Amino acid sequence: MSEFLGESEAQKVRSFDALRAYLRRESGLILDADKRYLVESRLSPIIRRESINGLSDLVRILELNQAPRLAQEVVQAMTINETYFFRDRLPFDTLRNEILPELIRNRAAQKSLRIWCAAASTGQEPYSIALIVEELASRMPGWRIDIIGTDLSEAALARAKEGLYSQFEVQRGLSTPQLLRYFNQIRDMWQLKENVRSRVKYRHMNLLGDYGMLGNFDVIFCRNVLIYFDAAKKSEVLNKMTRILAPDGAIFLGAAESVIGLDTKLAPHPKHRGVLVRNTHAQTLTKKQA
Amino acid sequence: MMNALVVDDSAVIRKITRRILENLSFHVDEAADGVEASRVCYEDMPDIIFLDWNMPEMNGLEFLKDLRNMPFGGEPKVIFVTTENDISRIQCAIEAGADEYIMKPFNEHIIREKLAQIGMPVD
Repeated sequence: MSEFLGESEAQKVRSFDALRAYLRRESGLILDADKRYLVESRLSPIIRRESINGLSDLVRILELNQAPRLAQEVVQAMTINETYFFRDRLPFDTLRNEILPELIRNRAAQKSLRIWCAAASTGQEPYSIALIVEELASRMPGWRIDIIGTDLSEAALARAKEGLYSQFEVQRGLSTPQLLRYFNQIRDMWQLKENVRSRVKYRHMNLLGDYGMLGNFDVIFCRNVLIYFDAAKKSEVLNKMTRILAPDGAIFLGAAESVIGLDTKLAPHPKHRGVLVRNTHAQTLTKKQA
Repeated sequence: MMNALVVDDSAVIRKITRRILENLSFHVDEAADGVEASRVCYEDMPDIIFLDWNMPEMNGLEFLKDLRNMPFGGEPKVIFVTTENDISRIQCAIEAGADEYIMKPFNEHIIREKLAQIGMPVD
């Protein structure tokens, strides 16, 4: 990117290291050393728009702590994930076939479930859950199922609320019958129908902030987001989630994530990889299995 | 090894699709239109067909309707791969017996996803 070409290699490395230190200090985000390409592709538009003279100047401005809006924008730009419908498939199969049926049995009296997507990004994950719920809903009259999507990025949430996706995006993870059933075509874009979009409520939220206004949840999706935090922050986030998790609730992590080495009251689900439950519930499930 | 037939009048698209499928361990045959594709199917019915829509001689939709009436023609999975991206066309293809539908441009990710959708997952 041209904004970076004026800097020498040594300067670029220094600026990148300074940005990594800044992000870690201010937002707890861990940026691996091999993610320099991400900085160039994601921060160039901001550098260009603000007429800043390269990454080193951007970092200097951030370190002065006098541009909170710019700082928030940089953090957001560095945390947007690649995402697609039913990403990795297995967690959604586990939710549909194992976790939800059990929770539905356990909540037969209340007829209510609450699901939280903690890194909703541009909406593909919460809407994948909404599609599962939509398919179950006809067999569950009188039930209330809330899906809350939160994210650090307001730009991503604005896209999520619109539910408007490119041809390329809808072809990753969705079957053609699902596309025909749940989307309207708007020129060369595809928009989720209102009945699916209205199942998800979005809120702007920092996972390091307060969870008080969220209420309690039966299922929490927290996939591919803890990778950005150091061990202490990971434990902090998981402990806060545990406090608002139902005793028999489940937390879904990304395929490469685990709680090994973290200080939490969570344990892997004895049957389902990538799913965490409270220690006490894991013991109950293990006894049931034996 | 699964047998795939790539039907497209563009040699470039056939080559790209062949490369992706061979990478996914398919044995690949090619046909430039529906007539040639029918001939291949009568000789040796493939496991899966990647089918373009607009072709000379016999287009993809005509071929699909013929295929489903051939002996053993109900067996192969059929994935349309086409620039036709209007919802009415997609609906029409599915009603005619297509299993999946890919809107061009596509890449290996999308082919993998669609194979998983029709129960032919690749590692």
